Amino acid sequence: MPMVHGPHALPHLPLQSPRRVAPLRPPRQDPAWRGRLGMAVLALALLWPALQASEFRPWEMLDAHSLSVAGRFLAGFVPPAHGSDFLLLVAQATWRTVAMATCGVSLALLLALPLALLASSALSISSLGGRMATGPAVLRLAVRTALVVLRTVPELVWALLFVRVVGIGPTAGVLAIALAYAGMLGKVFAEILESSDTVPARVLLGNGSGRLQAFFYGLLPQCAAELTSYLVYRWECAIRSSVVLGFVGAGGLGQRMDESMKMFAGAEVATMLMVFVALVALADALSTALRRNLR
Amino acid sequence: MNAPAIVRLPPRPPAALARLRCLSCWIVAAVIALVVASFWSLDLRWSAFLEPDARSSMARFLSEFFPPEHAPRFLASLLAAAGETLAMSALGTLLAATAALVLCLPAARTYPAARGLLRQPMRFVLNALRAVPELVWATLLLVIAGLGPMAGTLALALHTSGVLGRLFAESIENAPPDAGAALRIQGTGEARIFLYATLPQVAPQLLSYTLYRWENNIRAATILGVVGAGGLGQMLSFHLSLFQMGKVASDLGAMLLLVLAVDLASYLVRRRMAQA
Repeated sequence: MPMVHGPHALPHLPLQSPRRVAPLRPPRQDPAWRGRLGMAVLALALLWPALQASEFRPWEMLDAHSLSVAGRFLAGFVPPAHGSDFLLLVAQATWRTVAMATCGVSLALLLALPLALLASSALSISSLGGRMATGPAVLRLAVRTALVVLRTVPELVWALLFVRVVGIGPTAGVLAIALAYAGMLGKVFAEILESSDTVPARVLLGNGSGRLQAFFYGLLPQCAAELTSYLVYRWECAIRSSVVLGFVGAGGLGQRMDESMKMFAGAEVATMLMVFVALVALADALSTALRRNLR
Repeated sequence: MNAPAIVRLPPRPPAALARLRCLSCWIVAAVIALVVASFWSLDLRWSAFLEPDARSSMARFLSEFFPPEHAPRFLASLLAAAGETLAMSALGTLLAATAALVLCLPAARTYPAARGLLRQPMRFVLNALRAVPELVWATLLLVIAGLGPMAGTLALALHTSGVLGRLFAESIENAPPDAGAALRIQGTGEARIFLYATLPQVAPQLLSYTLYRWENNIRAATILGVVGAGGLGQMLSFHLSLFQMGKVASDLGAMLLLVLAVDLASYLVRRRMAQA
């Protein structure tokens, strides 16, 4: 659009009294209604088979029989079980759950750090001169694929597989968490390293430092807070995972929960649900405190 | 002329070996203690992997996976189960996003001077929903809703609405307040302010969170079947219990494909949103 300067900049408007200007009429209809209606119909058409496939009939929960079963089960929740024997048992199970998550995440970290360093293109020497060479590119692709496989198989499936080798017990659970979480941590760590400011690391690499030196002095100082914060978040997730793994025999809260559910012991279930809430609240508070400290 | 003044700094104290007031040091020490105590207290049996017959039993175990079952009738049932899992995850996520959109409003301080009386109680509810894993919700709901994919769908919805409600509340609190403040000065009601000022600004982020949780839920939905909530997980645990390893291999393959497909779909949608 050409800019016009000077006294003749204004176009010659016909002089009109304000009354004769046509009033601004906002459209009475939503101008985008066709698109919106189309999307709504499409969404419903997609939703219908989903409702069918998941046998989603919530009203069936409201018939007299289901209600009486649910009512009896829920009535057992109050008061929660609080015998000292039971509380001791729950405390032991809770520690076992937390310990399994902690062991799993520490092993996952040991596995994920080298994989992340291998996968991250921020530490590539050959890409300093433009394109990455073929060999390193293939290696990085292979490591990334390994990470995808590690994290795509759910930890419960890893556990079911390891149980066959080591038998029932925490070893299978710890290994399952270690493998699945190594996949997640490795991927996200590599992404964090790549999204940071890579100039210091590149300068170091260009001046002949090794990749590890470039990592420790160029990348780690700026990424440490973010890496730690993600690790703590994953630890919280691992606590939930280790509860789930208890259901397949890894021990801890999940196993106790499974036993109590099978006996319809609502009071015990209620106590354990409260422990879950407390555990997650604790992990939450810890991660908030850590993040505030790292800033 | 005076001689140039020499700035004398006070002598530095010698570096302490350990600073007692260094909170980070205490945290690191506590973490190390936790890790050591965890490894020490669990009866981990790594030696089981080193025993001479461990390698052969593992190799035998893996070789049983081949060939994966691929009879057309079995593949058809696998496809149906995969559809069930996909429907469970999608419907669970949709229900959760709807519930979260309702629950996040009381849980957020929509403008800085808002009283937010319900904020803490609502956050507690959301945390409680989030604290109970999907699988535990599923076992509870199996009692109430009976065996089948509906219990799994509701379980996913309950856990995810806790997660999404919290994330939604945080993005509403972090939204730029200007547009809302302009409407509030004009005397517009809070409902309209949310619909016309806050929601349009945070909608892309809410959608992106929802897609991210859908990726998580497809993984969760595959395992929910293990407790009897239908889908691929139910087939997997059934075949594992019968030691039909060829079928187990096909089940695992179907899980991998489904998860990768959902990841890809979600990635494509998010990339398109980023471009728009």
